[in-house]
Amino acid sequence: MTRYAWMRLGIVVGAGVILEILFRTGVIPRLIMIPPSEMLASAWQILASGEFKGDFYFSLLNIAFAIGLSVAGGFLTALAIYSVPLLRATLEPFLTSYSAVPPIVFYPMLIVIFGLNRNPQIIIAVMFGLVPMAINTINGLYRIRPVFLKVGRAHRVSALASVFRIQLPAAAPYLFVGVTLAVSYSVIGVISTEFILSASGIGHQISFAYDNYDNRAMYGLVVLLLAIATLLNSTLRYYSHRMLQRWTR
Amino acid sequence: MRARQVLYTAGFIAALLIFWQALYWIFGARVLTPPWTTFANAWNMLKMPDYWPDLGESIRAFLIALIIAFGMGTIGGIVIGAWRACSEVLEPLLVNINTVPKVALYPVILLIFGLGIWSKVVFGVLHGVIPIMISSIGAVRNVNPIYVRCGRTMHLTHWQMLRRVWVPACVPEIFSGLRLGFSLTLLGTIFGEFFASQKGVGFLLMNAIDLRNIPTIMSLILILVVFAVLSNSALLAVDRRLHRTQA
Repeated sequence: MTRYAWMRLGIVVGAGVILEILFRTGVIPRLIMIPPSEMLASAWQILASGEFKGDFYFSLLNIAFAIGLSVAGGFLTALAIYSVPLLRATLEPFLTSYSAVPPIVFYPMLIVIFGLNRNPQIIIAVMFGLVPMAINTINGLYRIRPVFLKVGRAHRVSALASVFRIQLPAAAPYLFVGVTLAVSYSVIGVISTEFILSASGIGHQISFAYDNYDNRAMYGLVVLLLAIATLLNSTLRYYSHRMLQRWTR
Repeated sequence: MRARQVLYTAGFIAALLIFWQALYWIFGARVLTPPWTTFANAWNMLKMPDYWPDLGESIRAFLIALIIAFGMGTIGGIVIGAWRACSEVLEPLLVNINTVPKVALYPVILLIFGLGIWSKVVFGVLHGVIPIMISSIGAVRNVNPIYVRCGRTMHLTHWQMLRRVWVPACVPEIFSGLRLGFSLTLLGTIFGEFFASQKGVGFLLMNAIDLRNIPTIMSLILILVVFAVLSNSALLAVDRRLHRTQA
């Protein structure tokens, strides 16, 4: 680990210790928050007892579906926009202002159409995740340096090989940014919809525990959720970093 | 070329409206209201004084959140960005925090700030401030060093350096961040109103869901979408201008 990474770890641990001290000295009342040590203990208890196993499976499966659909859909949308000039001229202005509309406002309508199950939740998550993926893919495709393609043509590279050996690696940094965004937005979409209205899932359990003043379970679940999101992100970042290093060597 | 672009845009909007109408024909009034009725409903809603307190509350919460998020984000971002070691340490941390689903923190904020306007404001700020900060850090750090060196060779004073070099070089990038922050703060504020509040557009929407009041749901969604798209287009126009004058 680099010096900076150690300093980051120090900040996180330091913040936890300061919080813990504030609780122990009674500055923050227990009604609002429980000390970090108890949060971790509760998180561990939830994991060990398997109490919310079904909810975790439900949420994680939805997140996986949403990520798959956003990444694949975003990539294909980008390809279509990139290769069909009419689509490009029509859709591009809308893509830039798409992020202005919070997709979550359509959730009520989708519940009425699809019922209260996983479908509307996955659709909302895909609405969150697909467009960032598409925008970044388009950016990547536009920024392929023409000279790369010319070199390919000079070497008589076939069209297919040109896509896999020149265009995709050249656009890769942008694709990875898109995937990272699609992943985090899918998580946000799934968890938020569960929070608003759902019959199961991590988000639902957190809001259920909140409604029942069950601070211990609530903070335990929040800690686990944050841990899952962080783990997902850092794994992705680690692998994309390694892959990019190999490709751009 | 310009006229053609307008034609394409109009065509796309027409296609969306037809799609909407088709959905109505397929699913019926139990699920959604057709475009024309929805526009009429939304207009009536805006005219009715009954809804003004809620609209006012949402606008007020959103504006307060926006000011706080813009202020904290830009100032924090510039300070962190100008200090190299600090940005090396903090930026990955901020990026990571940004990807965490912030709804999960809602109960915490509610317990601290209560049911009033402030928890919505805090929730809006929470969504908007980090992306603004990240893009401000990027803006400050990505200023072309040649500009700075050039300013030094010309013996600019600190003030001139700030006014003639740093600000013009950073502002377009920071503004792009603000545009993103604007939408995210709106999202956060509406989110905040969804869960626990007694006033506001989000509250009305949640109430309408509980009552399965489809016309109200649809008109509120329409109002939100139109507001978001219009304000974003205005910001986008400013954004393009700033980037053009820079180039």
